[in-house]
Amino acid sequence: MTTPTLVGYDEVLEHFDPVLGLEVHVELSTNTKMFCGCPTEFGAEPNTQVCPTCLGLPGSLPVVNRSAVESAIRIGLALNCSIAPWCRFARKNYFYPDMPKNFQTSQYDEPIAVNGYLDVELDDGSTVRVEIERAHMEEDTGKSLHVGGAAGRIHGAEYSLLDYNRAGVPLIEIVTKMIPGTRERAPEVARAYVTALRDLLRALGVSDVRMDQGSMRCDVNLSLSPRDSGVLGTRTETKNVNSLRSVERAVRYEMTRQAGVLLAGEAVVQETRHFVEEASGTTRPGRRKETAEDYRYFPEPDLMPIAPPVEWVKELRGTLPELPWERRRRISAEWSLTDEELRDLVNAGALDLIEATVAAGAPAGEARSWWVAYLTQQANSRGVTLDALPVTPEQVARVIALVASGELNNKLARQVVDGVLAGEGSPDEVVTGRGLAIVSDDGALVAAVDEALAAQPDIAEKIRSGKVAAAGAIVGAVMKATSGKADAKRVRELVLQRCAPVRG
Amino acid sequence: MSADPVTSGITRDEVAHLARLARLAVTDAELDVFATQLDVILGAVARVGEVAADDIPPTSHAVPLRNVFRPDERHPGLDQEQALAGAPAAEDGRFRVPRILGEE
Amino acid sequence: MSELIRLTAAELAEKIHSREVSAVEVAQAHLDRIAAVDGTVHAFLHVASEAALVSAALVDDGLAAGVAPASPLAGVPLALKDVFTTIDMPTTAGSKILSGWRPPYDATLTTRLRAAGVTILGKTNMDEFAMGSSTEYSAYGPTRNPWATARIPGGSGGGSAAALAAFEAPLAVGTDTGGSVRQPAAMTGTVGVKPTYGGVSRYGLIACASSLDQGGPCARTVGDAALLHEVIAGYDPLDSTSIDEPVPAVVAAARLGASGDLSGVRVGVIRELGGEGYQAGVRSSFDAAVVQLQKLGAEIVEVSCPHFEYGLAAYYLILPSEVSSNLARFDAMRYGLRVGTGASAEEVMAATREAGFGPEVKRRIILGTYALSSGYYDAYYGQAQKVRTLIARDFAAAFTHADVLVSPTAPTTAFPIGDKVDDPLAMYLNDLATIPTNLAGTAALSVPSGLADDGLPVGLQVMAPALGEAVMYRVAAAYEAARDAEDGGPLIHRVPEVPA
Repeated sequence: MTTPTLVGYDEVLEHFDPVLGLEVHVELSTNTKMFCGCPTEFGAEPNTQVCPTCLGLPGSLPVVNRSAVESAIRIGLALNCSIAPWCRFARKNYFYPDMPKNFQTSQYDEPIAVNGYLDVELDDGSTVRVEIERAHMEEDTGKSLHVGGAAGRIHGAEYSLLDYNRAGVPLIEIVTKMIPGTRERAPEVARAYVTALRDLLRALGVSDVRMDQGSMRCDVNLSLSPRDSGVLGTRTETKNVNSLRSVERAVRYEMTRQAGVLLAGEAVVQETRHFVEEASGTTRPGRRKETAEDYRYFPEPDLMPIAPPVEWVKELRGTLPELPWERRRRISAEWSLTDEELRDLVNAGALDLIEATVAAGAPAGEARSWWVAYLTQQANSRGVTLDALPVTPEQVARVIALVASGELNNKLARQVVDGVLAGEGSPDEVVTGRGLAIVSDDGALVAAVDEALAAQPDIAEKIRSGKVAAAGAIVGAVMKATSGKADAKRVRELVLQRCAPVRG
Repeated sequence: MSADPVTSGITRDEVAHLARLARLAVTDAELDVFATQLDVILGAVARVGEVAADDIPPTSHAVPLRNVFRPDERHPGLDQEQALAGAPAAEDGRFRVPRILGEE
Repeated sequence: MSELIRLTAAELAEKIHSREVSAVEVAQAHLDRIAAVDGTVHAFLHVASEAALVSAALVDDGLAAGVAPASPLAGVPLALKDVFTTIDMPTTAGSKILSGWRPPYDATLTTRLRAAGVTILGKTNMDEFAMGSSTEYSAYGPTRNPWATARIPGGSGGGSAAALAAFEAPLAVGTDTGGSVRQPAAMTGTVGVKPTYGGVSRYGLIACASSLDQGGPCARTVGDAALLHEVIAGYDPLDSTSIDEPVPAVVAAARLGASGDLSGVRVGVIRELGGEGYQAGVRSSFDAAVVQLQKLGAEIVEVSCPHFEYGLAAYYLILPSEVSSNLARFDAMRYGLRVGTGASAEEVMAATREAGFGPEVKRRIILGTYALSSGYYDAYYGQAQKVRTLIARDFAAAFTHADVLVSPTAPTTAFPIGDKVDDPLAMYLNDLATIPTNLAGTAALSVPSGLADDGLPVGLQVMAPALGEAVMYRVAAAYEAARDAEDGGPLIHRVPEVPA
């Protein structure tokens, strides 16, 4: 393979506008396959999760999985699509050994969901609205192992081994409209879109969305348009993009590669390319086809049309969880956060925990403060994530409540939390167990204050003469004397009281 | 107004191309016979173009059913032995097939 | 013993269930008959003697223990078209590409037959993948018409029909995509029914054209066909095109019909299928049948179905299109024939399909690939599906004026083997009266309407609206009873003895 001339990124953008398109295939986490009752578990022994239907045996017939349709509709709704009042399945005909029927049952010109959008937030806080062309249902293929070639690749293989466990697993294909106008941010936008989509699908609970396991797959389409011309260039499709980082790199690479081709006066070949993970991430051409594939689509005669009743769609809309950006918007407003503060929370993975703490009765500010400061410190020193800490949001709320009621001060509160983390029990149990309750008995406190004042008469004199700042030293002494189990605020009040000039 | 009538017949080259698409390694002799026969047949079936049907909806299903679903529940399938029973070749629990030229 | 094979299924059932005769005896009698004549007739591709006797014995055991028979047909033998999967018998669909294939699962229809205690004698011959009208396209050699062994028995289900006519079985099951049950019935002087589309499960039926295929009962009498209809029909959740409605009460309807009174029934004669241009003997047989129906009290009306003349064209676009897709799975990778070693998967696929498929199948695959191609879809497949809508509307309109419609089942009597096998278009013309029903998804049957002047059987086609089988069976039964009375007994008993 000749090394293509790569053009510097800035130079690319001087001459061209990138136009992006993304196709994402999502494997649904339904119990059973799209058209039969076989399990969909990952990692089973080969050809043990098959039946006449997903093996495409002569005489077999498909029956649609209701749950898969529900997921498809929910995905469509979450992407702000219109749900088709009537749609059908279609056969996509081509020969390939990983497809038992040598056609894929899919949807062609009648997808279940169309014309939606996803607002994608970029790192700098700006938002890009990515328009969704369609989302449709189809079935996955089997898996092939190529034997005898280089690194299991198909090129040079002697033979192949087929496992049909995955054949028939429900897939939803989500296709964006062309995304123009991203300029130098195209790679970033691509990555942000796939990330946002992944988070959305995870929130819906419809898929594991593990790019590393193949339950979410991304194909990147890219073309270059001459700068400010609005004329579309020839598009390539890059497959085998297995991570978010690869999405970004694939876009970047194709931009520079295509620019190199065009600036050399040649034409970009319309083709399917494979993303190659090694080194800086490149794409290589797939097999050149003689003619574009004609899939000879026609409506699937073995399956009946789907016409989701309005009440059903309404019901499914009601099952949508608060979508990630809706939630962030709400939290931002409720907790009066800046965008930056919110982003920090999201990045720290603290949002759920804080929300749960608030739900358990703590004020938002306190909850946030605990999780983002002290508990994050604890998590880091233990080398675990926040949600792996052995303390629950309810327990944190309890500690906050104890401080609010004056039974603990902040220092004691931290000791209580330490106790919980050490497995000594609930906050209340730790308070009792370690004897951490604040001394709230004024009598005892006054005695301690007087003792401290007597021990430091010069400081006492300063306070009496009006230098209130000096009270700090007395407070410190009292705290030490009570092993920290005093309410510092109250102690300070008492110190000032005891030093107040006696009015005659 | 009827659909544009397709007047041209089918050539031997077209038949050869279609056979390739359909993974049929037809012989030259077959091509000759098929091309003639298919040309005649196509002439006969092209009659459908005579029918004025612009605003007629096509039928894809003879039975007026909608929303035929099954619950997302397990149904017993085949075990590995049954699945591979008819296989021309198998290895390690998988179907063994000759080397595939096409891309994945 | 030889008398047993002359009995109807209903008569056999009565004798078996009353224990006058054993199911094993009955099975054996038929197996003996098959052994004696099938060398000539070649109705069977596979005879399952052992399994049949085991199955029959089980029925006898049950009856002996005082258990009620599993169905009205328990212990009665049956021949099954080799297009339905059977776990204990090969299933070839009449093709080399599935030579010896043992399916790992039973068709729903097979399961129902077994559950009903029916004795499956074996699998019958057919045109390859149900494509044909003469059974000459079988990869395993043609079946001969017992009425004249140099002639075809019809197709694609010639084996099932011939088995009945040769008294090798009292019951058979076929599939009808464009007439493949009805036309052989007409050619062999037997009864063949195409139920409403969706009435009989297609799970386990090796697909030809998915939107047209339908399994149906075959027998020598209308009453027997009705009994079998009620065993095999009914909703199947494994088939998305299956109708979730009660099976029409066809047995009762047949019994009602046998009383011979059709007053109040409107019978429509379709102008476009009136027999013009058909063989003279077929035409006159039909005309006489219409007169007969009138004598039985039916009101005869004339109806017009103007789009029926395009039925053949629409059918021979839709069927090949679906076939080209349905038969793509036969690629030598997972089951069936594999030809070619050391070559690539693509080459093995092409070589295997070349060797494994016969000429008619290849023609239709190529035609279908063409009709679905981008650029041609609208003019061919798309347009054909519109014509289909118009044909369905023609039927609907006709059924507002008539309860059933009638026509000759086929334009000719059985032609000699070899006559049309190289002339596809001539072969297709066999189906012009039967095809409209498949396109519309409605119901129809063929009942014997006597012999033509060439001494060969003719069939009367009776058509009903979707799920309207009851009136169809009633009319057929009435007509059959009148014919039998006139002929001094069922014509089928006049079939010549099969030469050795």
